[in-house]
Amino acid sequence: MTPNQLADISLIAVYSAIAVYVLAFVAFTLDLSARSARVIAARDAAASAVAVRASGGSGVGTAVLERPAVAAPPSRRDSRYQRIGTALVIIAWLVHVTGAVIRGFANGHVPWTNMFEFAMIGTAIMVGVFLVLNLWRDVRFLGTYITGIVAILLGVATVNFYVQVTPLPPALQSAWLVVHVFVATLGTGFFAVGAGLSILQLMQTRRDRGGLPRWNFLATLPTAGQLESVAYRVVVVGFVFWTFTLIAGAIWAERAWGRYWGWDTKEVWTFIIWVLFAGYIHARATRGWRGSRAAYLAIIGFGAVLFNYSVVNLFFKGLHAYSGL
Amino acid sequence: MLDHRPDDYADGVAAAPRNPRLGPVGWARFAWRQLTSMRTALALLLLLGIASVPGSLVPQRTSDPNGVVMYQQRNPELFKTLDALGAFNAYSSFWFSAIYLLLFISLIGCIIPRTTHHLRSLRSAPPTTPARLSRLPSHRVEHSAAGPEEALTTAHTLLRRSGYRVVRYDQGDRITLSAERGYLRETGNLVFHLALIGILVSIAIGSGFIYSGQKIVLQGSSFTNSTINYDSFNPGRFYVDGQLDPYSFRLDSFEPRYSIEPRTGRVTPQEYTARVTIREQGAAARKGIIKVNEPLDAGGTQIYLLGNGYAPSVSILDPAGKVIDTSTTPFLAQDGALTSLGVVKVPDGLSKQLGLRGFFYPQPVQTAQGIASIYPDAGRNTLLSLEVWQGDLGLNKGVAVNAYSLDTTKMTKLAGRNAPVKALQLTRGQTVKLPNGLGSVRFDGWKRFIGIEIRHDPTKVPMAVLVSLAVLGLLVSLFVPRRRVWVAATKDGSGARLEYAALARGDDPRLSDALASLAWQHLDRLGERPSWTVGPDRDAGGSGARGWSSS
Repeated sequence: MTPNQLADISLIAVYSAIAVYVLAFVAFTLDLSARSARVIAARDAAASAVAVRASGGSGVGTAVLERPAVAAPPSRRDSRYQRIGTALVIIAWLVHVTGAVIRGFANGHVPWTNMFEFAMIGTAIMVGVFLVLNLWRDVRFLGTYITGIVAILLGVATVNFYVQVTPLPPALQSAWLVVHVFVATLGTGFFAVGAGLSILQLMQTRRDRGGLPRWNFLATLPTAGQLESVAYRVVVVGFVFWTFTLIAGAIWAERAWGRYWGWDTKEVWTFIIWVLFAGYIHARATRGWRGSRAAYLAIIGFGAVLFNYSVVNLFFKGLHAYSGL
Repeated sequence: MLDHRPDDYADGVAAAPRNPRLGPVGWARFAWRQLTSMRTALALLLLLGIASVPGSLVPQRTSDPNGVVMYQQRNPELFKTLDALGAFNAYSSFWFSAIYLLLFISLIGCIIPRTTHHLRSLRSAPPTTPARLSRLPSHRVEHSAAGPEEALTTAHTLLRRSGYRVVRYDQGDRITLSAERGYLRETGNLVFHLALIGILVSIAIGSGFIYSGQKIVLQGSSFTNSTINYDSFNPGRFYVDGQLDPYSFRLDSFEPRYSIEPRTGRVTPQEYTARVTIREQGAAARKGIIKVNEPLDAGGTQIYLLGNGYAPSVSILDPAGKVIDTSTTPFLAQDGALTSLGVVKVPDGLSKQLGLRGFFYPQPVQTAQGIASIYPDAGRNTLLSLEVWQGDLGLNKGVAVNAYSLDTTKMTKLAGRNAPVKALQLTRGQTVKLPNGLGSVRFDGWKRFIGIEIRHDPTKVPMAVLVSLAVLGLLVSLFVPRRRVWVAATKDGSGARLEYAALARGDDPRLSDALASLAWQHLDRLGERPSWTVGPDRDAGGSGARGWSSS
């Protein structure tokens, strides 16, 4: 098969993966709504018990409908939607990774040399991190967030940034391409999951203060403190990868451009992201910054990663002109 | 990082402080306390991130000098304001420097007390066992048939083997062990931050010794490493004249390789190879290769291949047909197919000065928009298209003039767009008459050229060492857990009642698991049969498989 035929097969795989991610997204969303329904049902049951007790009494009063503390989810059993969503996301991921590998064979070099390929690999790693994290802690409730963000990123990149297979330009012919870009995408995967957990942490915090009354599924999720603790561990791993990205990039820049640091736009943004996450780690040890403020930093940090990938690549002038467009 | 409170310091609600009267020393101490506080450090860190943004929005003099000139031409008014604020040298501007200097002072102010504190704690024994271990976050009670003394001896050995520093405290009937591990966590943290300070210092000092220069070298010609031979040269603060090692090299050949994508016709370079012969002092000439990611070492410098292009050779003939000027001028590539733009200046030999500005098309095709090059290899069809200007080139003012642009303010256009005569078009070997009987132009051929950067950077080795230390310190400080563990034994019938408790200093997700595992091993050695199992994914009294324990 010619490289172009292989690339076409890879593209079909990527489109198929997007479709299955969308289906997984639907399943995970249905799971969240099922969780909400379970919480409401439990609350109604508790409320009617109170009402029965009230009417069985003197018959005087109004039943006092307190919001019962629904701390524990009524049923720890997985919902069917969650199992379907998990199965779908695994299938989508396998197809996705296969597509990426085929693209690599079509290229004759690693499949992360232009924006389309960055998106393909970056999203595959996001899902990979999500799946592996599930072996340690059950974070399937993040499925909606992960599949949603991955379907959008991969879809937008494939439709707008797709390029044919091209040989590696001299600037990218370096072993550092393999290390630097791959480690950067690994870091991105961890930051994506960390940001998802931090978003939920903020939602839980708001709910604890009486906000978000209709987001009932939150009652079935871990507490804000638990989410923060896991988010921190995930982000710290991402931070280590990002540090390696920065260093590997500096070493490569020294080989390619004759200086290890030159405040090129991409270097600047990689540095800004590093500083944001360094700030996040320190925020967790600073009075008044632990909790919500730290969570905002993790989310802003991931926002900066997305900005670095999209806006900086497309609109900022710099030496990292590898969008392939 | 900048916190010198112990890791297990609990943030309480501070009582409203009474403000004492402060003298000058008091104020200085207050300011120092504020600057070295964790909050200030965090604020400075985040400010550093924000202050990095503007420099990415406007071109920088260091990385994109042409961009700065273009910006000035497009927005002259805005340029003045921004330039006054240092926006075009953002990373050496006063505001950026102020932030990172304050940050590093804050860091130093925090590192020093923490280092002394850590050195002291490295030499001191773990603290006494608390009276009520059950109040600690991780705690369990077990029983053994063995007596307290035997149980404690076994625990002592076990803890020592697991890397704990152990001290025994006897509290009446209750005999206890207090143990601590993970001092490396704080060591790593300090090493990381000290390495960061080292990086800043070595940049501050080392950058003065860096020098670099750019040069365009034509195929077949030579370059000698001396300041006057550079097209541009950037010496560091501590550079002294005559410091350059006077080696020379000749560009023997430049071999580019391209590929074309059949569906889109897009051309991409595949490989650039510059072959050179180097002559260093006191050494035989040697051959070398420079590639894009493979600089060449010579005379304490590295030679980098940064660009390449075509330099057309043009001869000017006077009306009598005598050659008055022959030059080979580098043209700058405008696209992937190396359509190149350049200027040939003819200051002498004709009645008035002459300027030729034009495009070099390696493989020209006629399109609706005009001529375009479709492939970067030059050949039989290669075309040179020239506009002709006559007048004052502006070279006599003694001011440096950009070799790649033509200042046409005092010149008249004789040929080209909107001129009486169309642009002159020449293929190799062709001679074409200049307008107004000025003479003629001959296109003799072309040479490849390469753009190189030569650089001497003595900061590389210290940087590599410091960065490695920083990474090592970071990994250790993030992933080595620091824990205190206590074991207490009291007589209980013929056996002993055993209490285990643990406290994390800093983030420690596996604290409960570690305590459970320790208790299990201890009981196992005492010949007991613990009622639970320990493993990475078992419920060991701590967090279960994929479960969400409280943290």
